[in-house]
Amino acid sequence: MENKGLNKVDLIFEKINPKEVLQKAFNMTSTEIIQDMLDSGLKGRGGAGFPTGLKWKYTAAEKSQDKYIICNADEGEPGTFKDREILDRVSTKVHGGMAIAGKAIGAKMGIVYLRGEYRYMLPKIMIELKDFHKMIHEIGYDFNIEYRMGSGAYICGEESALFESIEGKRGEPRNKPPYPTVSGVFGKPTSINNVETLVTAMMIINHGAKNFIQYGTKDSRGSKVFSVSGDTPTPGIFELELGMTVQQFVNEFGDGDTKAVQVGGASGFCVPRKKFVETIIGFEGVPTGGSMKLFNSSRSMYNVLHNYLDFFAEESCGQCTPCRVGCQQLLKGIEKVKKGEVKSTYLTELTKLADTMKIAAKCGLGQSVGNAFKSIVGNFREEIIY
Amino acid sequence: MYQVGNLVKELSAKHGHQRESLMPILQGIVQKHSYLTDEAMVEVAKELDMSAAEVYGTASFYTFLDTQVRGKYVIRVCKTITCSMKGKSDIVHTIEDMLRIKPGETTPDEMFTLLETNCIGWCHKAPAILINEMPYTELTPEKISEIIKDYMQK
Repeated sequence: MENKGLNKVDLIFEKINPKEVLQKAFNMTSTEIIQDMLDSGLKGRGGAGFPTGLKWKYTAAEKSQDKYIICNADEGEPGTFKDREILDRVSTKVHGGMAIAGKAIGAKMGIVYLRGEYRYMLPKIMIELKDFHKMIHEIGYDFNIEYRMGSGAYICGEESALFESIEGKRGEPRNKPPYPTVSGVFGKPTSINNVETLVTAMMIINHGAKNFIQYGTKDSRGSKVFSVSGDTPTPGIFELELGMTVQQFVNEFGDGDTKAVQVGGASGFCVPRKKFVETIIGFEGVPTGGSMKLFNSSRSMYNVLHNYLDFFAEESCGQCTPCRVGCQQLLKGIEKVKKGEVKSTYLTELTKLADTMKIAAKCGLGQSVGNAFKSIVGNFREEIIY
Repeated sequence: MYQVGNLVKELSAKHGHQRESLMPILQGIVQKHSYLTDEAMVEVAKELDMSAAEVYGTASFYTFLDTQVRGKYVIRVCKTITCSMKGKSDIVHTIEDMLRIKPGETTPDEMFTLLETNCIGWCHKAPAILINEMPYTELTPEKISEIIKDYMQK
């Protein structure tokens, strides 16, 4: 397995002349832009990791007068705060990425769905957006961006729930297919990308796909912005090359007593100390939307799991039974085990329930509850029982 | 309880009368009055020519579109893991003592509501809270009591 070590990179926040990069992009054909994305190996930075080039290719192939680019800024995963920082510091690059995506798929309309918790940023962004519109109209390109606000629902980060919310409805995920590339917001072909993905796309146009693939590994190209929190002397935002091991990450950010790292937030995986050396952070190991939480030996992993399950029980939209009932039962289940009301073997039953949720839940929320549950129960069974 | 007056008409003039206008209109009412009354929701339903049940159905899905009485200042304390590890309980206790309300409650003068909420995206500066739209981070009991005092004098 490739191992690149821990390298700091400055791509996302790097100073560029946005006008020059956009001019370059608008002089390319749609096919050329998409080919650049495919060559770069860029995968979505929101967590799911779908290849961006393919998403754009599928949306470009749809025949429709109206298409949409949506920027998913409903950053709700516990432990993630990179999108807020990116929008705060380089919103023009986010808007630029949307315009480039628009050129690639043939969309004239862009919508940023920003989580309600970040509304305080809106006045500043609106000023920057006005300048952005002025700039692209000067270049002679027709593309408009609007902002829509969320109202405190984690589930609206799921793409089809986000569309429902923009349409003024309850944020309940839709059945798939049809996929967003065919029928997204307002039933139109839609490419929905994470904030960081759009900025990365703009930087790929700037530096070229060939330069981009110098960074990262075969399965995880490029660099990524990590949100580091928990038991660390240096919490914050760090852009790092993909392909390091958890051990290398802990050497840099740990407090000397790290017993576990939760990679990818509440819907991600818990990596215990004994697996630090062998686990790669990236799509070949543990994928992450950027959330990295460190826990030292003073923390009870029961409390961590309880906190996550409580989160999911509240944030489940309630539409499908496996998730609505499953989240509640997992939460009640570990409470019963802790109090000794049931035998510890009950954890095996709960694990089966988590497996069922993975298969039967309608969307990514219910399907990924089992990730944290199984990796914490699997690695810290004694802490859950005693 | 407030009177919604012309607000719904003003907001629908700005955001339109389509179904997609619903969220921005409800958000606009909450920005001004902190919560949605039955009267406000019925008014929105009339304005957008849809059923009041649809309006309530949508509003009740979203945590920030409260349909219960909320104070002028809604304090949301993050309870997710990092904030919880870094002293969220001390922050809640300090606010409880100052305002004499528990999480979920509103002061009798309807100035403050105290709530606990899920991750607000400030884990690197935990513990964090929102008061209406404004985030306050890296809190200590001393810092939060200063902040609350400031709001009490507003």
